[in-house]
Amino acid sequence: MNMPLLEVKNLSISFGGLRAVDDFNLSIEKGQLYGLIGPNGAGKTTVFNLLTGVYKPTDGAILLNGRNITGHKTIEINRDGIARTFQNIRLFKDLSVLDNVKLGLHHRYPYRTITAVLRLPKYFKQETAMDERAMELLKVFDLDGEAATLASNLPYGKQRKLEIARALATDPVLLLLDEPAAGMNPNETQELMDTIRFVRDKFDMTILLIEHDMKLVGGICEELTVLNFGQVLKQGATKEVLSDPEVIKAYIGE
Amino acid sequence: MLDFLNTFISGISLGSIYAIIALGYTMVYGIAKMLNFAHGDVIMVGGYLVYTGMISWGFNPLLAILFAMVGCTILGILTERIAYKPLRGATSNLAVLITAIGMSYFLQNISLQIFTANPKSFTSVVKWEGISLADGQLKIQGVTIITILTGAVILLALQLFINKTKAGQAMLAVSEDKGAATLMGIDVNKTISLTFAIGSGLAAIAGALLCSAYPVLTPYTGAMPGIKAFVAAVLGGIGSIPGAMIGGLLLGVAESLSKRFISTQLADAIVFTILIIVLLVRPTGLMGRKLQEKV
Amino acid sequence: MGKLKKTTKQELITCGIVVLFYIVITILDKTGNLKSHTKGLLVPICYYATAAVSLNLVVGFLGDLSLGHAGFMCVGAFSSALFSVAMKESTMPAGLRFFIALLIGTAVAALFGFLIGIPVLRLNGDYLAIVTLAFGEIIKNILAAIYLGKDEAGVHISLKSFPLQGEGKMLINGAMGIQGVPTDSKFLIAMLVLLITLLVIYHMVNSRTGRAIMSIRDNRIAAESIGIDITKYKMLAFTVSAAIAGTVGVLFAHNTSTLTAASTYFGYNVSIMILVYVVLGGIGSIRGSVIAAALLYALPEMLRGLGNLSNYRMLIYSVILIAVMLWNWAPAARAWRERVFKSKNKQKQES
Repeated sequence: MNMPLLEVKNLSISFGGLRAVDDFNLSIEKGQLYGLIGPNGAGKTTVFNLLTGVYKPTDGAILLNGRNITGHKTIEINRDGIARTFQNIRLFKDLSVLDNVKLGLHHRYPYRTITAVLRLPKYFKQETAMDERAMELLKVFDLDGEAATLASNLPYGKQRKLEIARALATDPVLLLLDEPAAGMNPNETQELMDTIRFVRDKFDMTILLIEHDMKLVGGICEELTVLNFGQVLKQGATKEVLSDPEVIKAYIGE
Repeated sequence: MLDFLNTFISGISLGSIYAIIALGYTMVYGIAKMLNFAHGDVIMVGGYLVYTGMISWGFNPLLAILFAMVGCTILGILTERIAYKPLRGATSNLAVLITAIGMSYFLQNISLQIFTANPKSFTSVVKWEGISLADGQLKIQGVTIITILTGAVILLALQLFINKTKAGQAMLAVSEDKGAATLMGIDVNKTISLTFAIGSGLAAIAGALLCSAYPVLTPYTGAMPGIKAFVAAVLGGIGSIPGAMIGGLLLGVAESLSKRFISTQLADAIVFTILIIVLLVRPTGLMGRKLQEKV
Repeated sequence: MGKLKKTTKQELITCGIVVLFYIVITILDKTGNLKSHTKGLLVPICYYATAAVSLNLVVGFLGDLSLGHAGFMCVGAFSSALFSVAMKESTMPAGLRFFIALLIGTAVAALFGFLIGIPVLRLNGDYLAIVTLAFGEIIKNILAAIYLGKDEAGVHISLKSFPLQGEGKMLINGAMGIQGVPTDSKFLIAMLVLLITLLVIYHMVNSRTGRAIMSIRDNRIAAESIGIDITKYKMLAFTVSAAIAGTVGVLFAHNTSTLTAASTYFGYNVSIMILVYVVLGGIGSIRGSVIAAALLYALPEMLRGLGNLSNYRMLIYSVILIAVMLWNWAPAARAWRERVFKSKNKQKQES
C-alpha cells in the first residue's frame, strides 16, 4: 500500500475552551493538488498554523512521509519539508527580489559567517551557485527581469509569485498556499491557476491550498476538504464535494 | 526600626511621584502604543513652569501648579500633533521611538537655552512642616504626606474617569482595538490627544512634587526619573493603571531602601536589576496582559 | 552577479573615503598644518565612527533598538585598561600590550553581549530598548562603585574604599576609576580598527548571515517559515555589535590617562548620541554612519571657538533628528515623495 505524503490524524486545538479545530483528519498523496475550503472563521488558517508549527496542537498527530512531526518548531518543520505562503503576503520588503529567493536557499548553501567575513573562496563559490539557482527559480515565475527590484515595489500579482518562489527555494515536499488568489482580478487568478499547475508538474510538488475563489478551487483541485466551525464537513473528490447540498448550505447559509 | 520606617515612608513618597509619572507613560503606551521617551522631560518643563510662576511672578503655589499644568498639557498635545501623529501607521516600529528620543533632546536643550544650565534652587510648593511621631524620632515632612495623598487621589480620579465617563470609555476602546473603535464612531485622534493632555498635566504635578522633594532643578532633572517611571510602568504591566501605581511605589521603596542600606551609587543599578528580573519572569509585567502577533 | 559587484563597489568607496581621510590628515600633519586641538579629535572621530557602524548592525540591519551600546564600551574600556595598567611595569613591549588589550576588551564585551543577549533578545521594540538601557546603566554604575586593589595580602575587591597593606596598588578606585592608563591609542591604530570594522560589517551584511539578519527585521514570521533561526542570528548580530563596542571602549580608555565610569562617557546619553549618528547617517547605511559620526563629532568641536553656535548644536541636532524621522517614515511624507517621484518618471517616459 502506498503511504500518503501527509497524514493528519485527529488534530485538535483549543483556545481558552473554544475548539478552533476539532478532530481534523486529512490524507494527501504525493503529487496531489488538494483544496481546503470553508466559510470565514472555519479554522482553515489555524490548520495551516498547526501544520507549520506556529501553534502546538492540543491533540492529534501530523505525519509527513510517515514521520511524526507533531510539535516541531516552525523552523524545524520547514527543514522537514513543508513550506508555505501567507494570506496577507509576507515578503522581506526592503530586500531585493533576488535576495528574497536566496533566503529561501539559506540552508542549502551553508557557508559560515567567518567564511563570509574573510571572503574565502567557498563564499564566492556558494554565492555564485546561489545566484544561479535563484535566477533559475525567478525565471520560472517570469520574475528574472526584476531580480534587483525591492520586493515591496513589485505589483501585487508578482508579489504572490515571489512568495511561492521563495517557498519553493527551501526545497519542500509539500507546499501550503494560503488564499493565493486573494485580491486578484479574474485575469490574474487565471494566470495563477496556470502557475500552480505548472509548479506541481515542473517541481513534482504536492500542494495544499486554502481558497475562497470557487472557480480556482473547482478548476485545479483534485480533492477537497470542507471545514465548518472547526470540523470536517465533507471530504472527497472536488466535483462531488462542490455539489453536495450540505456544503452548498454551509456556504450560502440557511 | 525607626530608621527603616523613615526610609520606607520616604520611599512611598518617591514612589508616588514615580507612579504619577508612570501613569502618563502607561496611558500613552496603552492607547498610542508608543514609548514617549520625552515624557520625563515634560516633568522638567513642569518644574520650570512652577518655578517661573512661583519665584519670578510671585504666584501662590497652587496657582503656579495650575499654570504649569496648563502649560504642560498644551506642550503634550503639541508634541503629539507635531512629532508623533504624522508617524501613525509608519512601517518601522523604531521610527516613533527615535522621534520621541529626539523630542526629549529638544525639550532638554530648549530649556537649556531658556533657563541655562545653572541649577535653580526650588522652594517647596508645600509650606506645611509635617508631623512628628514617637517623641520626634519619626518625622514625616509635609511634602511627603502631600505627595502620597496626591498620588492616591490621582489614581482614584483616573479610575473613575476611565470607568465612568464617555471619554474614559473611548480611551479603553481605542487601547483595545483602534480599528473597531473607529468603526464605532470614536474619534481616535481626539482620544489620543486627550491621553497626551492628561499624561502631560499629571507630569506637571509630578514635576512640582519632585522638585519640592529634591529641590534642584536643571534641564536634565526629568530624564532619570522619567526613565525610572517608565521602568515602573513596565514593572506594573504597561497599559495597566493600577499596575503603574504598584510599579511606582515598589520602585520608590526599593530605591530608598537600597540608598539607605546598601549603596547610594548602586541604587539605580538595583532598581534596573529589579526591572530585568521581573521582565524575565513575567515579560508582561506584574499586571500586564499577553499580546500575540497574528499569523 | 551584477549585484555582487555593486556591493563590492559600495564597500570600496567607503573604505576609500576613510583611507583618503587618513592620507590627507597625515599630509597636513607632516607639513605642520594641523593644530594640536584638531589632532586631539582624530582618535575620537575614528572610534565614534566605529561605534556608529557597529550600532547600525543592530538598529539598521537587525531592526532592534539597543540603548546599551555605551555599557559595552564601558566593559571593554575597563577590562582592557585593567590589563594595561597591570602590565605597565612588565617588560612587555607597548605595541604587544595594546594589541592584547584590544583583544581583551573586545572579547569581554562580546561575552557580556552574549550573556545579556540571551534574556534581552526575547523582548521586542520598546521593551528591548529600555532593558538594554537598564543593562548599560547597571554596568556603568557598578564599575563606578567598585574598588579593586592589590597588595601583599593579595587582590581585594569591595564596594567601599579600603586601605592597602605595604607595597600595594589601587587598580580601580571607585568613582575615581583607573588611573595611569597608558595612552596607546594612536590615530593609525584607531583608523585600522575602523577599517577592519567596516570590512567585517560589509562582508557580514552582504552574505547569507546578513540576509538572515535583515529577514528578521523585514518579517520575522516569514523568516521563521523558511527556516531562519531567529534566535541564532539575533544573538550573532547583538554579540558582534557589542564586541565592536568593546573595541571602541579600548580605544577610548587608552586615549585618556584617567578612566572613570562617568555618565558623560558611558551613560545612556552616549548610547543615544551614537544612535543619533546612526539615524542621521541613514539607518542601514554604513557609509552614512561613518560620515555622520565624523562630522557630527568634529564640527561642534571645531566650532567651539565660535561660541554661540556650539551652544545650539544639541538643539539643532534634536530638530534635525525629528525632521529626518518624519521625512523618512511618516506615511504622508512617503506618499508625497512617491507621487513626486512617479510623476517625474512619467515625464521622463513621455519626453
